[in-house]
Amino acid sequence: MNKHFLGDTATLLGRSLRHVTRSVDTIITTAVTPIAMLLLFVYVFGGAIKTGTESYVNYLLPGILLITVASGIAYTAFRLFTDMKSGIFERFQSMPIARSSVLWAHVLTSLVANLISLVVVVLVALLMGFRSGAGVLAWLAVAGILMLFTLALTWLAVIPGLTAQTMEGASAFSYPLIFLPFISSAFVPTDTMPGPVRAFAEHQPVTSIVNAIRDLYTQQPVGTDIWIALAWCVGLLVISYVFAMNTYRRKIS
Amino acid sequence: MTTSQVQGPAIHVRGLEKSYKELRVLRGVDFDVARGSIFALLGSNGAGKTTVVRILSTLLKADAGTAGVNGLDVATQAAHVRESISLTGQFAAVDEILSGRENLVLVARLRHLKDPGKVADDLLARFSLTDAGARKASTYSGGMRRRLDIAMSLIGNPPVIFLDEPTTGLDPQARLEVWQAVRELAAQGTTVLLTTQYLDEAEQLADRIAILHEGRIIVNGTLAELKQLLPPAKVEYVEKQPTLEDVFLTLVGDKSGKGKNGKDHTPNADA
Repeated sequence: MNKHFLGDTATLLGRSLRHVTRSVDTIITTAVTPIAMLLLFVYVFGGAIKTGTESYVNYLLPGILLITVASGIAYTAFRLFTDMKSGIFERFQSMPIARSSVLWAHVLTSLVANLISLVVVVLVALLMGFRSGAGVLAWLAVAGILMLFTLALTWLAVIPGLTAQTMEGASAFSYPLIFLPFISSAFVPTDTMPGPVRAFAEHQPVTSIVNAIRDLYTQQPVGTDIWIALAWCVGLLVISYVFAMNTYRRKIS
Repeated sequence: MTTSQVQGPAIHVRGLEKSYKELRVLRGVDFDVARGSIFALLGSNGAGKTTVVRILSTLLKADAGTAGVNGLDVATQAAHVRESISLTGQFAAVDEILSGRENLVLVARLRHLKDPGKVADDLLARFSLTDAGARKASTYSGGMRRRLDIAMSLIGNPPVIFLDEPTTGLDPQARLEVWQAVRELAAQGTTVLLTTQYLDEAEQLADRIAILHEGRIIVNGTLAELKQLLPPAKVEYVEKQPTLEDVFLTLVGDKSGKGKNGKDHTPNADA
Protein backbone atom coordinates (compact mmCIF):
# COMPACT_ATOMS: atom_id res chain seq x y z
CA MET A 1 0.00 0.00 0.00
CA ASN A 2 1.26 3.43 -0.98
CA LYS A 3 2.38 5.52 1.99
CA HIS A 4 0.24 8.42 0.80
CA PHE A 5 -2.96 6.37 0.50
CA LEU A 6 -4.68 7.70 3.63
CA GLY A 7 -3.59 11.32 3.14
CA ASP A 8 -4.53 11.36 -0.55
CA THR A 9 -7.87 9.69 0.13
CA ALA A 10 -8.61 12.29 2.83
CA THR A 11 -7.71 15.15 0.46
CA LEU A 12 -9.87 13.77 -2.35
CA LEU A 13 -12.68 12.96 0.08
CA GLY A 14 -12.63 16.61 1.17
CA ARG A 15 -12.92 17.57 -2.47
CA SER A 16 -15.92 15.43 -3.31
CA LEU A 17 -17.68 16.23 -0.03
CA ARG A 18 -17.51 19.85 -1.16
CA HIS A 19 -19.26 18.75 -4.32
CA VAL A 20 -22.01 17.29 -2.15
CA THR A 21 -22.34 20.30 0.16
CA ARG A 22 -22.29 22.70 -2.79
CA SER A 23 -25.04 20.85 -4.58
CA VAL A 24 -27.40 20.19 -1.69
CA ASP A 25 -30.04 19.57 -4.34
CA THR A 26 -28.55 16.11 -4.92
CA ILE A 27 -29.29 15.19 -1.31
CA ILE A 28 -32.76 16.70 -1.49
CA THR A 29 -33.51 14.93 -4.78
CA THR A 30 -32.28 11.69 -3.27
CA ALA A 31 -34.59 12.10 -0.29
CA VAL A 32 -37.63 13.58 -2.07
CA THR A 33 -38.75 10.47 -3.97
CA PRO A 34 -38.60 8.15 -0.94
CA ILE A 35 -40.38 10.77 1.18
CA ALA A 36 -43.09 11.17 -1.47
CA MET A 37 -43.55 7.38 -1.49
CA LEU A 38 -43.68 7.37 2.28
CA LEU A 39 -46.44 10.00 2.25
CA LEU A 40 -48.33 8.29 -0.58
CA PHE A 41 -48.25 4.84 0.93
CA VAL A 42 -48.96 5.90 4.50
CA TYR A 43 -51.71 8.45 3.85
CA VAL A 44 -53.26 7.14 0.62
CA PHE A 45 -52.81 3.38 0.27
CA GLY A 46 -51.83 2.54 3.84
CA GLY A 47 -55.36 2.49 5.25
CA ALA A 48 -56.34 -0.30 2.89
CA ILE A 49 -53.20 -2.40 3.33
CA LYS A 50 -53.40 -5.17 5.93
CA THR A 51 -49.95 -5.84 7.32
CA GLY A 52 -50.92 -7.24 10.69
CA THR A 53 -49.08 -4.39 12.41
CA GLU A 54 -50.56 -1.37 14.13
CA SER A 55 -48.58 1.32 12.37
CA TYR A 56 -48.06 1.17 8.62
CA VAL A 57 -45.27 3.76 8.73
CA ASN A 58 -43.35 1.40 11.02
CA TYR A 59 -43.94 -1.42 8.55
CA LEU A 60 -42.97 0.64 5.50
CA LEU A 61 -39.85 2.46 6.68
CA PRO A 62 -37.16 -0.22 5.95
CA GLY A 63 -38.22 -0.52 2.30
CA ILE A 64 -38.24 3.27 1.95
CA LEU A 65 -34.72 3.41 3.40
CA LEU A 66 -33.49 0.91 0.80
CA ILE A 67 -35.12 2.96 -1.96
CA THR A 68 -33.31 6.03 -0.59
CA VAL A 69 -29.97 4.26 -0.92
CA ALA A 70 -30.83 2.91 -4.39
CA SER A 71 -31.58 6.41 -5.67
CA GLY A 72 -28.66 7.96 -3.78
CA ILE A 73 -26.03 5.83 -5.47
CA ALA A 74 -27.14 7.13 -8.88
CA TYR A 75 -25.31 10.31 -7.84
CA THR A 76 -22.23 8.30 -6.94
CA ALA A 77 -22.13 7.01 -10.51
CA PHE A 78 -22.87 10.52 -11.77
CA ARG A 79 -20.01 12.12 -9.81
CA LEU A 80 -17.56 9.50 -10.98
CA PHE A 81 -18.78 9.82 -14.57
CA THR A 82 -18.29 13.60 -14.44
CA ASP A 83 -14.71 13.16 -13.22
CA MET A 84 -14.00 10.68 -16.01
CA LYS A 85 -15.40 12.95 -18.72
CA SER A 86 -13.92 16.23 -17.47
CA GLY A 87 -10.34 15.00 -17.63
CA ILE A 88 -9.69 15.60 -13.94
CA PHE A 89 -9.60 11.84 -13.40
CA GLU A 90 -6.67 11.62 -15.83
CA ARG A 91 -4.99 14.55 -14.16
CA PHE A 92 -5.13 12.71 -10.82
CA GLN A 93 -3.93 9.47 -12.41
CA SER A 94 -0.89 11.20 -13.90
CA MET A 95 0.09 12.63 -10.52
CA PRO A 96 2.33 11.01 -7.91
CA ILE A 97 -0.57 9.95 -5.68
CA ALA A 98 -1.90 6.63 -4.46
CA ARG A 99 -4.01 5.89 -7.53
CA SER A 100 -6.75 3.89 -5.82
CA SER A 101 -7.45 6.81 -3.48
CA VAL A 102 -9.33 8.48 -6.35
CA LEU A 103 -11.88 5.67 -6.25
CA TRP A 104 -11.99 5.32 -2.46
CA ALA A 105 -12.73 9.02 -2.07
CA HIS A 106 -15.82 8.56 -4.24
CA VAL A 107 -16.89 5.48 -2.30
CA LEU A 108 -16.57 7.23 1.08
CA THR A 109 -18.38 10.29 -0.26
CA SER A 110 -21.21 7.99 -1.32
CA LEU A 111 -21.43 6.59 2.22
CA VAL A 112 -21.58 10.07 3.76
CA ALA A 113 -24.10 11.44 1.24
CA ASN A 114 -26.38 8.43 1.64
CA LEU A 115 -26.13 8.60 5.41
CA ILE A 116 -27.34 12.21 5.33
CA SER A 117 -30.26 11.28 3.04
CA LEU A 118 -31.18 8.35 5.29
CA VAL A 119 -31.22 10.60 8.37
CA VAL A 120 -33.48 13.07 6.53
CA VAL A 121 -35.92 10.29 5.60
CA VAL A 122 -35.95 8.88 9.15
CA LEU A 123 -36.67 12.36 10.53
CA VAL A 124 -39.66 12.71 8.21
CA ALA A 125 -40.86 9.25 9.26
CA LEU A 126 -40.62 10.35 12.90
CA LEU A 127 -42.82 13.35 12.10
CA MET A 128 -45.31 10.93 10.51
CA GLY A 129 -45.53 8.87 13.66
CA PHE A 130 -42.75 6.35 13.29
CA ARG A 131 -41.80 5.11 16.76
CA SER A 132 -39.43 2.45 18.03
CA GLY A 133 -38.51 1.35 21.50
CA ALA A 134 -35.39 -0.44 20.29
CA GLY A 135 -32.15 0.05 22.18
CA VAL A 136 -28.84 1.44 21.01
CA LEU A 137 -27.52 -1.98 20.04
CA ALA A 138 -30.46 -2.74 17.75
CA TRP A 139 -30.13 0.67 16.09
CA LEU A 140 -26.42 0.14 15.61
CA ALA A 141 -27.25 -3.15 13.92
CA VAL A 142 -29.77 -1.36 11.66
CA ALA A 143 -27.16 1.29 10.82
CA GLY A 144 -24.61 -1.44 10.14
CA ILE A 145 -26.88 -3.29 7.71
CA LEU A 146 -27.75 -0.05 5.90
CA MET A 147 -24.07 0.93 5.63
CA LEU A 148 -23.18 -2.51 4.28
CA PHE A 149 -26.04 -2.28 1.78
CA THR A 150 -24.91 1.23 0.74
CA LEU A 151 -21.34 0.08 0.35
CA ALA A 152 -22.39 -2.89 -1.81
CA LEU A 153 -24.56 -0.71 -4.08
CA THR A 154 -21.86 1.98 -4.17
CA TRP A 155 -19.31 -0.44 -5.59
CA LEU A 156 -21.97 -1.55 -8.05
CA ALA A 157 -22.46 2.12 -9.01
CA VAL A 158 -18.73 2.50 -9.61
CA ILE A 159 -18.99 0.21 -12.66
CA PRO A 160 -21.39 2.38 -14.73
CA GLY A 161 -19.66 5.46 -13.35
CA LEU A 162 -16.42 4.32 -14.94
CA THR A 163 -17.80 2.85 -18.15
CA ALA A 164 -20.87 4.92 -19.12
CA GLN A 165 -20.78 6.95 -22.31
CA THR A 166 -23.61 9.30 -21.39
CA MET A 167 -24.89 10.86 -18.20
CA GLU A 168 -28.19 8.96 -18.55
CA GLY A 169 -26.30 5.71 -18.91
CA ALA A 170 -24.38 6.41 -15.73
CA SER A 171 -27.50 6.62 -13.60
CA ALA A 172 -30.02 4.40 -15.42
CA PHE A 173 -28.78 1.25 -13.65
CA SER A 174 -30.37 2.48 -10.43
CA TYR A 175 -33.97 2.33 -11.73
CA PRO A 176 -34.39 -1.44 -11.38
CA LEU A 177 -32.83 -1.22 -7.92
CA ILE A 178 -35.38 1.42 -6.91
CA PHE A 179 -38.23 -0.84 -8.04
CA LEU A 180 -36.94 -4.06 -6.49
CA PRO A 181 -38.49 -3.25 -3.07
CA PHE A 182 -41.97 -3.25 -4.68
CA ILE A 183 -41.70 -6.98 -5.32
CA SER A 184 -40.72 -7.80 -1.76
CA SER A 185 -42.12 -7.63 1.74
CA ALA A 186 -41.28 -3.91 1.89
CA PHE A 187 -44.76 -2.54 1.10
CA VAL A 188 -47.08 -5.51 1.70
CA PRO A 189 -46.69 -8.97 3.23
CA THR A 190 -45.81 -11.55 0.60
CA ASP A 191 -48.66 -13.99 1.59
CA THR A 192 -51.20 -12.62 -0.87
CA MET A 193 -48.90 -12.68 -3.90
CA PRO A 194 -49.46 -15.41 -6.54
CA GLY A 195 -47.03 -18.36 -6.43
CA PRO A 196 -44.13 -17.39 -8.75
CA VAL A 197 -44.20 -13.71 -7.69
CA ARG A 198 -44.23 -14.74 -4.07
CA ALA A 199 -41.34 -17.14 -4.63
CA PHE A 200 -39.33 -14.35 -6.24
CA ALA A 201 -40.28 -11.83 -3.54
CA GLU A 202 -39.33 -14.14 -0.70
CA HIS A 203 -35.98 -15.08 -2.16
CA GLN A 204 -34.68 -11.74 -3.35
CA PRO A 205 -32.30 -9.74 -1.13
CA VAL A 206 -34.65 -6.86 -0.33
CA THR A 207 -37.11 -9.04 1.61
CA SER A 208 -34.54 -10.44 4.01
CA ILE A 209 -32.89 -7.03 4.52
CA VAL A 210 -36.26 -5.34 5.08
CA ASN A 211 -37.40 -8.08 7.49
CA ALA A 212 -34.14 -7.94 9.44
CA ILE A 213 -34.28 -4.15 9.85
CA ARG A 214 -37.98 -4.25 10.76
CA ASP A 215 -37.44 -6.99 13.36
CA LEU A 216 -34.51 -5.10 14.86
CA TYR A 217 -36.35 -1.87 15.55
CA THR A 218 -39.64 -3.51 16.51
CA GLN A 219 -37.66 -5.57 19.04
CA GLN A 220 -38.70 -8.89 17.51
CA PRO A 221 -36.33 -11.86 17.41
CA VAL A 222 -34.50 -11.48 14.07
CA GLY A 223 -34.25 -15.19 13.32
CA THR A 224 -32.44 -16.26 10.17
CA ASP A 225 -33.40 -13.15 8.18
CA ILE A 226 -30.46 -11.14 9.47
CA TRP A 227 -27.95 -13.79 8.37
CA ILE A 228 -29.52 -14.08 4.94
CA ALA A 229 -29.55 -10.28 4.72
CA LEU A 230 -25.88 -10.07 5.70
CA ALA A 231 -24.98 -12.84 3.26
CA TRP A 232 -26.73 -10.94 0.41
CA CYS A 233 -25.03 -7.66 1.33
CA VAL A 234 -21.56 -9.17 1.72
CA GLY A 235 -21.97 -11.30 -1.42
CA LEU A 236 -23.13 -8.33 -3.49
CA LEU A 237 -20.34 -6.21 -2.00
CA VAL A 238 -17.61 -8.72 -2.87
CA ILE A 239 -18.86 -9.29 -6.43
CA SER A 240 -19.36 -5.57 -7.10
CA TYR A 241 -15.98 -4.73 -5.63
CA VAL A 242 -14.17 -7.31 -7.76
CA PHE A 243 -15.91 -6.19 -10.95
CA ALA A 244 -15.46 -2.50 -10.15
CA MET A 245 -11.76 -2.93 -9.40
CA ASN A 246 -11.29 -4.93 -12.62
CA THR A 247 -13.00 -2.20 -14.60
CA TYR A 248 -10.88 0.41 -12.83
CA ARG A 249 -7.64 -1.41 -13.61
CA ARG A 250 -8.59 -1.71 -17.25
CA LYS A 251 -9.32 2.02 -17.31
CA ILE A 252 -6.02 3.13 -15.81
CA SER A 253 -3.61 0.63 -17.33
CA MET B 1 9.84 17.24 -5.29
CA THR B 2 11.95 17.14 -8.43
CA THR B 3 13.82 13.94 -8.90
CA SER B 4 17.56 13.99 -9.19
CA GLN B 5 18.82 15.22 -12.52
CA VAL B 6 19.78 12.46 -14.87
CA GLN B 7 22.02 12.91 -17.87
CA GLY B 8 20.63 12.53 -21.36
CA PRO B 9 17.45 13.82 -22.99
CA ALA B 10 14.41 14.70 -20.87
CA ILE B 11 12.21 12.52 -23.06
CA HIS B 12 13.46 9.54 -25.00
CA VAL B 13 11.12 7.56 -27.25
CA ARG B 14 12.10 4.56 -29.40
CA GLY B 15 9.95 2.33 -31.59
CA LEU B 16 6.71 3.19 -29.83
CA GLU B 17 3.75 1.20 -31.12
CA LYS B 18 0.11 1.21 -30.10
CA SER B 19 -3.00 -0.25 -31.69
CA TYR B 20 -6.65 0.04 -30.76
CA LYS B 21 -8.01 -3.26 -32.03
CA GLU B 22 -7.17 -3.26 -35.77
CA LEU B 23 -6.38 0.44 -35.88
CA ARG B 24 -2.60 0.93 -35.75
CA VAL B 25 -2.30 4.39 -34.25
CA LEU B 26 1.45 4.41 -33.59
CA ARG B 27 3.71 2.39 -35.90
CA GLY B 28 7.16 2.99 -34.47
CA VAL B 29 7.61 6.49 -33.12
CA ASP B 30 11.13 7.75 -32.33
CA PHE B 31 12.15 11.11 -30.92
CA ASP B 32 14.17 12.78 -28.20
CA VAL B 33 13.46 16.01 -26.36
CA ALA B 34 16.42 17.94 -24.97
CA ARG B 35 16.24 19.25 -21.41
CA GLY B 36 14.74 22.70 -21.05
CA SER B 37 13.49 22.86 -24.63
CA ILE B 38 10.04 23.18 -26.13
CA PHE B 39 9.19 20.34 -28.47
CA ALA B 40 6.10 20.46 -30.64
CA LEU B 41 4.42 17.34 -31.88
CA LEU B 42 2.47 18.42 -34.91
CA GLY B 43 -0.20 16.39 -36.60
CA SER B 44 -3.74 16.41 -37.87
CA ASN B 45 -6.64 15.10 -35.82
CA GLY B 46 -6.30 11.38 -35.16
CA ALA B 47 -2.59 11.33 -35.98
CA GLY B 48 -1.83 9.80 -32.58
CA LYS B 49 -0.50 12.85 -30.74
CA THR B 50 -2.70 12.29 -27.71
CA THR B 51 -1.79 8.60 -27.66
CA VAL B 52 1.91 9.52 -27.42
CA VAL B 53 1.17 11.93 -24.56
CA ARG B 54 -0.98 9.37 -22.74
CA ILE B 55 1.80 6.78 -22.95
CA LEU B 56 4.42 9.27 -21.75
CA SER B 57 2.24 10.35 -18.83
CA THR B 58 1.71 6.68 -17.75
CA LEU B 59 -2.02 6.67 -18.55
CA LEU B 60 -1.67 4.11 -21.32
CA LYS B 61 0.65 1.18 -21.95
CA ALA B 62 2.45 0.92 -25.27
CA ASP B 63 2.28 -2.34 -27.24
CA ALA B 64 5.95 -2.16 -28.17
CA GLY B 65 8.94 0.13 -27.91
CA THR B 66 10.38 2.08 -25.01
CA ALA B 67 9.73 5.50 -23.60
CA GLY B 68 11.70 7.26 -20.91
CA VAL B 69 10.99 10.50 -19.10
CA ASN B 70 13.71 12.14 -17.03
CA GLY B 71 15.73 8.93 -17.38
CA LEU B 72 12.89 6.79 -15.98
CA ASP B 73 11.06 4.12 -17.94
CA VAL B 74 7.32 4.85 -18.24
CA ALA B 75 6.37 1.18 -18.16
CA THR B 76 8.51 -0.14 -15.31
CA GLN B 77 9.00 3.01 -13.20
CA ALA B 78 5.59 4.61 -13.72
CA ALA B 79 5.25 5.86 -10.14
CA HIS B 80 8.62 7.64 -10.37
CA VAL B 81 7.78 9.07 -13.77
CA ARG B 82 4.67 10.63 -12.24
CA GLU B 83 6.93 12.48 -9.78
CA SER B 84 8.71 14.11 -12.73
CA ILE B 85 5.81 15.11 -14.94
CA SER B 86 2.67 17.07 -15.20
CA LEU B 87 -0.09 16.58 -17.73
CA THR B 88 -2.37 19.26 -19.09
CA GLY B 89 -4.87 17.33 -21.11
CA GLN B 90 -6.85 18.29 -24.16
CA PHE B 91 -9.78 19.61 -22.13
CA ALA B 92 -8.99 21.94 -19.26
CA ALA B 93 -9.09 19.46 -16.39
CA VAL B 94 -10.17 21.76 -13.60
CA ASP B 95 -12.74 21.02 -10.93
CA GLU B 96 -15.68 23.21 -11.92
CA ILE B 97 -17.37 23.14 -8.55
CA LEU B 98 -14.27 24.28 -6.66
CA SER B 99 -12.91 27.81 -6.82
CA GLY B 100 -9.70 28.53 -8.70
CA ARG B 101 -7.78 28.76 -5.45
CA GLU B 102 -9.29 25.51 -4.13
CA ASN B 103 -8.25 23.76 -7.34
CA LEU B 104 -4.65 24.85 -6.78
CA VAL B 105 -4.71 23.94 -3.07
CA LEU B 106 -6.09 20.52 -3.97
CA VAL B 107 -3.24 19.77 -6.36
CA ALA B 108 -0.66 21.15 -3.92
CA ARG B 109 -2.00 18.81 -1.22
CA LEU B 110 -1.93 15.85 -3.61
CA ARG B 111 1.70 16.70 -4.40
CA HIS B 112 2.32 16.69 -0.65
CA LEU B 113 3.70 20.21 -0.52
CA LYS B 114 4.22 22.03 2.77
CA ASP B 115 2.20 25.22 2.41
CA PRO B 116 -0.59 24.59 -0.13
CA GLY B 117 -2.26 27.95 0.55
CA LYS B 118 0.88 29.93 -0.25
CA VAL B 119 1.61 27.86 -3.36
CA ALA B 120 -1.94 28.58 -4.55
CA ASP B 121 -1.74 32.32 -3.89
CA ASP B 122 1.63 32.62 -5.65
CA LEU B 123 0.30 30.88 -8.74
CA LEU B 124 -2.90 32.91 -8.79
CA ALA B 125 -0.76 36.04 -8.83
CA ARG B 126 1.58 34.69 -11.50
CA PHE B 127 -1.30 33.81 -13.83
CA SER B 128 -3.30 37.00 -13.16
CA LEU B 129 -6.08 35.08 -11.47
CA THR B 130 -5.89 36.60 -7.99
CA ASP B 131 -9.17 38.50 -8.38
CA ALA B 132 -10.94 35.43 -9.70
CA GLY B 133 -9.37 33.08 -7.15
CA ALA B 134 -12.43 32.81 -4.93
CA ARG B 135 -14.85 32.24 -7.80
CA LYS B 136 -16.00 28.83 -8.96
CA ALA B 137 -13.96 27.62 -11.92
CA SER B 138 -17.21 27.04 -13.84
CA THR B 139 -17.59 30.84 -14.10
CA TYR B 140 -14.20 31.27 -15.78
CA SER B 141 -13.70 32.10 -19.45
CA GLY B 142 -11.92 29.60 -21.69
CA GLY B 143 -8.62 31.42 -21.39
CA MET B 144 -8.85 31.69 -17.61
CA ARG B 145 -9.63 27.98 -17.32
CA ARG B 146 -6.62 27.12 -19.44
CA ARG B 147 -4.42 29.39 -17.35
CA LEU B 148 -5.71 27.79 -14.17
CA ASP B 149 -5.18 24.38 -15.77
CA ILE B 150 -1.56 25.19 -16.62
CA ALA B 151 -1.02 26.74 -13.17
CA MET B 152 -2.22 23.44 -11.64
CA SER B 153 0.34 21.63 -13.77
CA LEU B 154 3.21 23.74 -12.46
CA ILE B 155 2.65 22.88 -8.80
CA GLY B 156 5.61 21.01 -7.42
CA ASN B 157 7.84 22.24 -10.28
CA PRO B 158 7.87 19.04 -12.31
CA PRO B 159 10.84 19.08 -14.72
CA VAL B 160 8.75 17.83 -17.67
CA ILE B 161 5.35 19.15 -18.71
CA PHE B 162 3.01 17.72 -21.35
CA LEU B 163 0.55 20.11 -22.93
CA ASP B 164 -1.94 18.30 -25.14
CA GLU B 165 -3.42 20.81 -27.60
CA PRO B 166 -3.22 23.64 -25.08
CA THR B 167 -4.94 26.23 -27.26
CA THR B 168 -7.61 24.21 -29.07
CA GLY B 169 -10.92 26.00 -28.72
CA LEU B 170 -9.45 29.23 -27.34
CA ASP B 171 -10.02 32.69 -28.77
CA PRO B 172 -6.94 34.47 -30.20
CA GLN B 173 -6.35 36.51 -27.06
CA ALA B 174 -6.50 33.54 -24.72
CA ARG B 175 -4.21 31.72 -27.12
CA LEU B 176 -1.57 34.42 -26.80
CA GLU B 177 -1.85 34.26 -23.01
CA VAL B 178 -1.20 30.54 -23.09
CA TRP B 179 1.77 30.99 -25.41
CA GLN B 180 3.21 33.51 -23.01
CA ALA B 181 2.82 31.07 -20.12
CA VAL B 182 4.55 28.32 -22.08
CA ARG B 183 7.49 30.60 -22.98
CA GLU B 184 7.91 31.56 -19.33
CA LEU B 185 7.96 27.91 -18.37
CA ALA B 186 10.72 27.07 -20.80
CA ALA B 187 12.67 30.14 -19.70
CA GLN B 188 12.80 28.61 -16.23
CA GLY B 189 14.27 25.38 -17.52
CA THR B 190 11.17 23.21 -17.71
CA THR B 191 11.03 20.77 -20.61
CA VAL B 192 7.77 21.18 -22.52
CA LEU B 193 6.27 18.71 -24.94
CA LEU B 194 3.25 20.19 -26.61
CA THR B 195 0.98 18.74 -29.22
CA THR B 196 -0.84 20.96 -31.63
CA GLN B 197 -2.63 20.97 -34.93
CA TYR B 198 -1.88 24.67 -35.43
CA LEU B 199 1.20 25.20 -37.53
CA ASP B 200 1.77 28.74 -36.31
CA GLU B 201 1.71 27.55 -32.72
CA ALA B 202 4.61 25.21 -33.36
CA GLU B 203 6.33 27.95 -35.32
CA GLN B 204 5.94 30.46 -32.51
CA LEU B 205 6.87 28.30 -29.56
CA ALA B 206 8.93 25.27 -30.40
CA ASP B 207 12.69 24.78 -30.45
CA ARG B 208 12.12 21.60 -32.38
CA ILE B 209 9.14 20.40 -34.34
CA ALA B 210 8.23 16.85 -35.24
CA ILE B 211 5.43 15.94 -37.58
CA LEU B 212 3.49 12.83 -36.67
CA HIS B 213 1.75 11.33 -39.66
CA GLU B 214 0.14 7.90 -40.05
CA GLY B 215 1.76 6.65 -36.86
CA ARG B 216 5.31 7.71 -37.61
CA ILE B 217 7.45 10.80 -37.19
CA ILE B 218 8.03 11.88 -40.77
CA VAL B 219 10.21 14.92 -40.04
CA ASN B 220 11.92 16.20 -36.93
CA GLY B 221 14.02 19.36 -36.77
CA THR B 222 14.21 23.03 -35.99
CA LEU B 223 11.97 25.42 -37.88
CA ALA B 224 14.93 26.47 -40.06
CA GLU B 225 15.74 22.86 -40.87
CA LEU B 226 12.13 22.11 -41.77
CA LYS B 227 12.04 25.14 -44.06
CA GLN B 228 15.11 23.90 -45.91
CA LEU B 229 13.21 20.79 -46.89
CA LEU B 230 11.35 22.89 -49.41
CA PRO B 231 12.90 24.61 -52.45
CA PRO B 232 14.55 27.98 -51.62
CA ALA B 233 12.21 30.90 -51.25
CA LYS B 234 11.60 33.01 -54.31
CA VAL B 235 10.85 36.67 -54.10
CA GLU B 236 7.31 37.70 -54.90
CA TYR B 237 5.66 41.03 -54.30
CA VAL B 238 2.50 40.67 -52.27
CA GLU B 239 0.45 43.50 -50.86
CA LYS B 240 0.74 43.36 -47.06
CA GLN B 241 -2.77 43.10 -45.71
CA PRO B 242 -3.47 43.00 -41.98
CA THR B 243 -4.50 39.52 -40.95
CA LEU B 244 -7.94 39.07 -39.48
CA GLU B 245 -6.18 38.32 -36.19
CA ASP B 246 -4.49 41.76 -36.30
CA VAL B 247 -7.84 43.39 -36.96
CA PHE B 248 -9.55 41.46 -34.20
CA LEU B 249 -6.89 42.20 -31.61
CA THR B 250 -6.79 45.90 -32.51
CA LEU B 251 -10.55 46.21 -32.26
CA VAL B 252 -10.94 44.38 -28.95
CA GLY B 253 -7.90 46.22 -27.56
CA ASP B 254 -5.20 43.79 -26.53
CA LYS B 255 -4.29 45.77 -23.42
CA SER B 256 -2.05 43.14 -21.93
CA GLY B 257 0.49 43.65 -24.70
CA LYS B 258 1.06 39.92 -24.70
CA GLY B 259 0.00 39.80 -28.31
CA LYS B 260 3.16 41.33 -29.71
CA ASN B 261 4.81 38.05 -30.39
CA GLY B 262 1.96 36.79 -32.43
CA LYS B 263 1.24 39.88 -34.48
CA ASP B 264 3.73 40.00 -37.29
CA HIS B 265 3.64 36.53 -38.65
CA THR B 266 2.25 35.79 -42.06
CA PRO B 267 -1.18 34.25 -42.42
CA ASN B 268 -1.07 30.52 -42.07
CA ALA B 269 -2.88 27.61 -43.50
CA ASP B 270 -4.74 26.79 -40.29
CA ALA B 271 -8.30 27.74 -39.66
